[in-house]
Amino acid sequence: MPMFSDRHPILLANARIIDPSRDLDFAGDLLMADGVIREAKRGIGAAGVPAGTEIMDCKGFIVAPGLIDMRAFVGEPGAEYRETLASASQAAAAGGVTTIICQPDTTPAIDDPAIVDFILRRARDTAIVHVQTMAALTKNLEGREMTEIGLLKAAGAVAFTDGAHSVTNAQVMRRTLAYARDFDALVVHQTEDPDLVGEGVMNEGEFATRLGLHGIPTAAEAIMLERDMRLVGLTDARYHAAAITCRQSLEILQRAKENGLPVTASASINHLTLNQIDIGPYRTFFKVRPPLRAEEDRVALVEAVASGLIDVIMSDHNPQDVETKRLPFAEAAPGAIGLETMLSAGLRLVNNHDLPLITLLGAMSTKPAERLGVPGGTLRNGAPADVIVIDPDIPWVLDPADLKSKCKNTPFDEARLQGRVIRTIVAGRTAYEYAPS
Amino acid sequence: MTIAGTSSFVLNRRHLLGIEGLSHDEISGLLDLAEEFVELNRQIEKKRTSLRGRTQINLFFESSTRTQSSFELAGKRLGADVMNMAVVSSSIKKGETLIDTAITLNAMHPDILVVRHHASGAVELLAQKVDGSVINAGDGAHEHPTQALLDALTIRRNKGRIEGLTVAICGDVLHSRVARSNIILLNAMGANVRVVGPSTLLPSNVERLGVTVMRDMREGLHNADIVMMLRLQRERMNGSFVPSTQEYFAYFGLDQHKLSYAKPDAMVMHPGPMNRGVEIDSGVADGAQSLIREQVEMGVAVRMAVLEALARNLPNA
Repeated sequence: MPMFSDRHPILLANARIIDPSRDLDFAGDLLMADGVIREAKRGIGAAGVPAGTEIMDCKGFIVAPGLIDMRAFVGEPGAEYRETLASASQAAAAGGVTTIICQPDTTPAIDDPAIVDFILRRARDTAIVHVQTMAALTKNLEGREMTEIGLLKAAGAVAFTDGAHSVTNAQVMRRTLAYARDFDALVVHQTEDPDLVGEGVMNEGEFATRLGLHGIPTAAEAIMLERDMRLVGLTDARYHAAAITCRQSLEILQRAKENGLPVTASASINHLTLNQIDIGPYRTFFKVRPPLRAEEDRVALVEAVASGLIDVIMSDHNPQDVETKRLPFAEAAPGAIGLETMLSAGLRLVNNHDLPLITLLGAMSTKPAERLGVPGGTLRNGAPADVIVIDPDIPWVLDPADLKSKCKNTPFDEARLQGRVIRTIVAGRTAYEYAPS
Repeated sequence: MTIAGTSSFVLNRRHLLGIEGLSHDEISGLLDLAEEFVELNRQIEKKRTSLRGRTQINLFFESSTRTQSSFELAGKRLGADVMNMAVVSSSIKKGETLIDTAITLNAMHPDILVVRHHASGAVELLAQKVDGSVINAGDGAHEHPTQALLDALTIRRNKGRIEGLTVAICGDVLHSRVARSNIILLNAMGANVRVVGPSTLLPSNVERLGVTVMRDMREGLHNADIVMMLRLQRERMNGSFVPSTQEYFAYFGLDQHKLSYAKPDAMVMHPGPMNRGVEIDSGVADGAQSLIREQVEMGVAVRMAVLEALARNLPNA
């Protein structure tokens, strides 16, 4: 059984309460009981709470909806040595993530209703945060035959994706989108033309040339995104671009949204806070797919989050161990963990005045909840008591030894950060409390 | 008879991982020291004792004839105990990783490791795990510093200088570590560097490395003092990067006619091994303007200079 603390009423008093779902940012108190939010308003005070209520003085702190991470690669089933649902959920709680959305890139792939059921049951028994899962869009993520979208959705899959794989066959993609449309299923797709990626391992350009590494052009992403927009135009399917990384893609997305296509998009926290120069002398913890891009792309992505063109920020959590990372750059596996650092890394953007705090929190909670149709992402009365308390000012240095994830492949290794989650409440129970070491 | 060394140049670093980061003075210092070894190597008695007691391991994850034998000879002439390890045929096949190999070898206390690997950055990664000095003998498409140094020595001895010369580097720049190291070194020494080749064999944004990019041999070789040809791997000739050997030779192969675009006293270089009739015509390769054999001679001298200059900086030296 997961280590839940007991569930008693909690009053988060004297907080700055931010609810992106209602565009609210005010000073007040938030009361939770029986696993739901009772109310959030100014001046509930100790007098207005039931007996046995824990009162936490949140002066100087921010209270917000728990984060919903739309893209996390977990490793269960098949790679439990890297990450289990239990360890991922511990990491999530420490990062303020109260709902993880698993990706189907497991062994076996999550392409069968029984495996969806396994994930949900296993999470219920071992995880300390909510776990939802996407299911594969095509069988075994091979891009050839569509999965049982209807049955998978009925089993609980919240969206359909081939995870880190791209569907290259346009006919398969068209039919799958058309079929998904009939079930009102959301299709999530990472657009990367594998032929244009070729042997590429980092962003194409001067830095790849200097390092003697094969480059991946931004066109590899943009070409397939453009194709997908045409196919969405043909099918009217609900579509979400899984990982936008460059200015070119933003232009395509902008046009699609202006044309009224049912399209939304994510960017990973890595692409919003890091760029290709961070790779420096072949640091494999900065090897991700799609690759870190140029600084001008990063700046454009942040602006796109601020304007709402990019809807969702996700962690792209992808645990890799020393056996897959302590290798020459071209041979190392791509991926970085991110559940525990997503919020603090995002606060860098807020501290630099690049992004309003409410926009950041909305892109990590309200927006994914709305797009996926999962509970949470709001502080409305009666909503699940998935709530985080953030100290926006506390300075800290990320020590990999403190990470809850089984793998330590974080690009924020030893990074100086300002602001972090100090308490994570899931369904009214405390799943994490920050204890400075 | 032995020739007493006059240069006391010390390379004030532990490893030689690339030309990137070397100063003008460090490059000149290495070339001056190498000059002494050129003379020594032409004597009957070629032995020095400066590396006596030192262990040098040549660790080659990618097969090589000339670079490995050049390093072996260089180490032996300086008195080191030299061991060659071709890892292509041993432990990597058993699943041992680069790091494991590094740690294993490090336990044998080598003073100097000469490393070649097919992946860019691999030599640097290995250098982080060992206690001795590491010399990069070529990593992926990244750097091959001793090749650039021997090319520079060859140029300097024949032209009397490097500064102000126009050097055209021609062919498969995309996959070439030799090209990258040469571009960095020649720029640091004040030469004008051009790269010439079809767009499919030029890396993206290569002009940002401080070179002029040309896609035509007539234009690219015009007024060049040095024409440096690069090897084109066979598997890249059949339609993937260029349509055919014939077409490549027609447009980018160096023959006497194309060489006539360069200065009359232009010299021809090639890092070897050559594909005769692909990137270079035999008449040119063996002709009066060719420095290709001299490059091999300079290779031993430059590697002795690098070994000596690093060894002078080793503990207890």
